[in-house]
Amino acid sequence: MPLLASFFLKRLIAALPVLFIVLVGSFFLLEAASGDAVDAYIARSGAMDAEQIAQMRTEWGLDKSPLNRFEAYVSALAHGDLGWSTAFERPVTSVIAERLPVTLLLMSISTGLAFFAGSLLGVIAGAHPGSIRDRILSTGSLALYAVPGFWLGLVLIVIFAVDLRWLPIGGIESIASGKTGFARLGDIAVHLVLPVSSLAMVYLALYLRLMRDRMAEIWRDPFVKGLEARGLTRRRIVWRHVARNAILPAITMLGWQSAAMLGGSVVVESVFSIPGFGRLAAEAVAKRDTPLLLGVLLCSAVTVIIANLLVDLAYGKLDPRVRIGR
Amino acid sequence: MRSSGLEAKIGIALLLVLILIALFAPLIAPGDPLAISGEAMLRPFASEAHLLGTDRLGRDVLAGLVHGTRTTLLVAFFSAAAALVVGSAVGTISGFLGGFADTVLMRITEAFQTVPGFLLALAAVSVTGPSVPTLIFAISLGNWTQAARVTRAEVLSLRERDFVAAARTMGMRPLEIAFREILPNAFGPTASLAAISVATAILIEAALSFLGFGDPNRVTWGSMIAEGRTVLRAAPYLSIIPGIALVVTVLSVHLIGRGLSRTQRLQS
Repeated sequence: MPLLASFFLKRLIAALPVLFIVLVGSFFLLEAASGDAVDAYIARSGAMDAEQIAQMRTEWGLDKSPLNRFEAYVSALAHGDLGWSTAFERPVTSVIAERLPVTLLLMSISTGLAFFAGSLLGVIAGAHPGSIRDRILSTGSLALYAVPGFWLGLVLIVIFAVDLRWLPIGGIESIASGKTGFARLGDIAVHLVLPVSSLAMVYLALYLRLMRDRMAEIWRDPFVKGLEARGLTRRRIVWRHVARNAILPAITMLGWQSAAMLGGSVVVESVFSIPGFGRLAAEAVAKRDTPLLLGVLLCSAVTVIIANLLVDLAYGKLDPRVRIGR
Repeated sequence: MRSSGLEAKIGIALLLVLILIALFAPLIAPGDPLAISGEAMLRPFASEAHLLGTDRLGRDVLAGLVHGTRTTLLVAFFSAAAALVVGSAVGTISGFLGGFADTVLMRITEAFQTVPGFLLALAAVSVTGPSVPTLIFAISLGNWTQAARVTRAEVLSLRERDFVAAARTMGMRPLEIAFREILPNAFGPTASLAAISVATAILIEAALSFLGFGDPNRVTWGSMIAEGRTVLRAAPYLSIIPGIALVVTVLSVHLIGRGLSRTQRLQS
């Protein structure tokens, strides 16, 4: 599909200035940190003499000015090189590439679940604004939206892993189980139930509210009166007209929500000891690995931009008024 | 609409109680909440001296909870306030000046939105080191963008109104018009974001201190949850109790916010 490809390309080029701002901002923010990668290395590996330290600084390019280093970083980045992770002693790119898929899986399942269950419950609440069902769901979603995801995760662990022993306490799959194919997929799925629930529940509340509030607004629109006058059944009006119009803001939300989800995955992955991208961010900070942290920040920006792009594509499919032009 | 008024009242009452607890924390729970005060791992309601029990080291849970209220509210209010001030200033300048300045400021806003707020806070704390002022800064870093967008949209719609033209003919300087005439009128919708900003700030602070990046010299609910997690099997209440405090606080803020945005809608 050439039209699709050119749309993608155009949007990515349009996103370049934003990405550049992210790059400049994060680079110089992290530059302001006291102590550099060599200091962090010494802190971990013990004493070194001054000559060795100076040599290491030269080797890692840390003796140059920040501006020179930024230039070097950008030119390496143009070749897809994010630098060297001091904590993992491997290229940042390979560390991130190893960790990202798990998090993308976790995020996409959670987002999907939160969106579908949330908007479905939102339709149920918004079908009759002010009814008992609406009050219960609205209040419930407000309470759920106040719950920190990581704490919900701990509570779920206490209930389902410690007390009931139904589900594993953490990890992404059983260690050295030797499982392959579908057995391994099943194993991963079982491990994902609790982390996905704790991430999804909070955002489910958000979609519920969004859908319900928008539907309540649409009911006041005169066109609904027109539909009623035409003798359409209530069910048809709810689903085909009111809910269908109300879903659009929820879809717009999906893209930006990916940023919040990515942030949420940092804590949730730590709670469930999932070796993902989110936990990598926390590890980079804890181990003072600046190149890795910079790579994580850039990659999350790219992820959020791509998520928004996909959402815009879906939006175009659903709302004929905004079909991609050429 | 009566039920929404009731919700807001419950929210305000809850938040007032929390503020009072924060203000009078040293009177309610005297002494250092981080000091060991009794036998370790006492269950809640088992001892009169330690109503909510003690943690792994014998620190009083109730004292931690009470003093944690201070940290939570302090960080949340100030970072939300900073976010709103910065956001509405950026939005006002952007919307009022238009043109190139607007494009640049909106690109910067977009860049800040593209990086997850929590990661931004994490990165900032890793640079500045954790203390209350740096946490306030770090959390507001990712929290101002929405205020900027909402204020900008509002300013754009106000810019062409008659009272602005009047101010111009009176000879007011552009910046004076922007901040003294337009911003106060555009502030309503921005202020209704305040509740969401406060709630977000509370949750980010809790998550940061849960991961061990909070102020180490203060008790926080997040750090209490993290502490309790090490003995999750034996004493789940140690993690659960501070979490309930978090939920109640965030809920009270949401209840007030919902009330605020309803009255806003009725006025407009």
